[in-house]
Amino acid sequence: MYKIESKNVDFFYGASQALKNINIAIKPNTVTALIGPSGCGKSTYLRLFNRMNDLIDNTKIAGQVLIDGEDIYAKGVNVDSLRKKVGMVFQKPNPFPKTIFENVAYGLRVNGITDKKLIEERVETTIKQVVLWDEVKDKLKKSAFELSGGQQQRLCIARALAIQPSVVLMDEPTSALDPISTAKVEELIYELKTKYTIVIVTHNMQQAGRVSDTTAFFYMGELIEHDTTKTIFTNPKIERTQNYITGRFG
Amino acid sequence: MELVDENKLAKNKKRNQAIAFWIFRILSYAVVAILFVILSFIIIKGFSVISWDFITKMPEEGMTKGGIFPAIIGTLCLVGGSMLFAFPVGVFAAIYMNEYVKDGIIKKIIKQMTNNLAGIPSIVFGLFGMSLFVNKLGFGDSLLAGSLTLGLLALPVVIRITEEALKSVDNTFRQASLGLGASKWETTRRVVLPIAFPNIITGLILSIGRVSGETAPILFTVAAYFLPKLPTSIFDQAMALPYHLYVISTSGTNIEESRPIAYGTALVLIFIVLIANLLANGLRKYFGKKVKMN
Repeated sequence: MYKIESKNVDFFYGASQALKNINIAIKPNTVTALIGPSGCGKSTYLRLFNRMNDLIDNTKIAGQVLIDGEDIYAKGVNVDSLRKKVGMVFQKPNPFPKTIFENVAYGLRVNGITDKKLIEERVETTIKQVVLWDEVKDKLKKSAFELSGGQQQRLCIARALAIQPSVVLMDEPTSALDPISTAKVEELIYELKTKYTIVIVTHNMQQAGRVSDTTAFFYMGELIEHDTTKTIFTNPKIERTQNYITGRFG
Repeated sequence: MELVDENKLAKNKKRNQAIAFWIFRILSYAVVAILFVILSFIIIKGFSVISWDFITKMPEEGMTKGGIFPAIIGTLCLVGGSMLFAFPVGVFAAIYMNEYVKDGIIKKIIKQMTNNLAGIPSIVFGLFGMSLFVNKLGFGDSLLAGSLTLGLLALPVVIRITEEALKSVDNTFRQASLGLGASKWETTRRVVLPIAFPNIITGLILSIGRVSGETAPILFTVAAYFLPKLPTSIFDQAMALPYHLYVISTSGTNIEESRPIAYGTALVLIFIVLIANLLANGLRKYFGKKVKMN
């Protein structure tokens, strides 16, 4: 069974159509990279999976988006619990202006967990999970802003993982990071695959090649091609994909 | 062939820039100079009457002698009362507008209305306060009626300042919080407001500056011409600094003799506003640090 499926998805900002008839099926415990030139709709598409586009006024969706076989846009869907299941990491590291500890604990608290011990345990395991523990264990009560950009981004990943989602969306998670921090985050993505289904938007072809199992190429709101990353990068079926991958346009 | 003389062009550019910036420089220095002249004028004229007695004693002998204690207390009460009304109403209205209402006709109308409210002359607020609070609701000339009227006047300022503060909070903070399953209200309360708080509080205190100096709104709603005792309840009349200044400058028993007192009163009023501004700066720094730490 597929973890995520989208069937004939159209998406509109007001009158302009941002996504045209997108059909994708994503297997569990895989990393899917969404690539394409700026404005091609890949970020918009990513944000459909946790209904983040709901926050923008005057948008409309048609078609179906299924996660675990359930239509997340059906009537009566609880958006808060959907978002609990589908975590998100953003382009710029955006820790809350709170302590390192509270950043990770936030998701637990808003989801009604009050047991102090459980929160402490969960915060610790999650920070260890993103390989940040050794760097922050002595300053959990310090502001998250004191961390470096790369550390902040790993903290943001921990914040997303703390509530134990099964899908993690990443919107260009390394575009604001230096090469070393980027390598760390990529390593992390590779490891997280064993527990989560990851969808990542990236502008960096090498990154898509390094971390993803399948790659979907978007152009002007359309899904041009979706296949294993290997196929997309070595033997794409459509010429436009080939041109983009090899840098002939984009 | 060269189309332009490079040297001449560079010279012209440099000269035009120099002229433009000299004009800007002179004008900005002029602003500072004007402020300096006003302040030193008030300080020089008013400083001689400032004394412990002046700020702690009742006015005496037809307000030509004695202190301005009841006016100071009256102004402080009015500022406090008006903020007690304007802060919560204004902040909540701004939160509603910025965090909840979708873009559209309703938001536009509310926005236009608050802007219009800000443009109403303060004397009209006074008239409105008199007819609603003093007469219709029967509060009489009282601290309550005056505070509410001043509060109404401050409301659009408070709303706008709070809105600006909320708007300056980066949207990804909201998305990150909502993305964790938090509700809009949780996001507002636990993430957005703490980030915006330093700016909100600064703005609010700056609006105090405006309220404390207003004369027209308190004219028909609370201000007493001469009342050498302190208010004991919110239904009492009170003296207030700006009105006191107006009275002793225009219709006192002996305008010439009470002139120094007028300058002293002005000085005290300016001082109160100055304290408010310093407080605003201090609080912004303090809360700015605290926000990062929570």
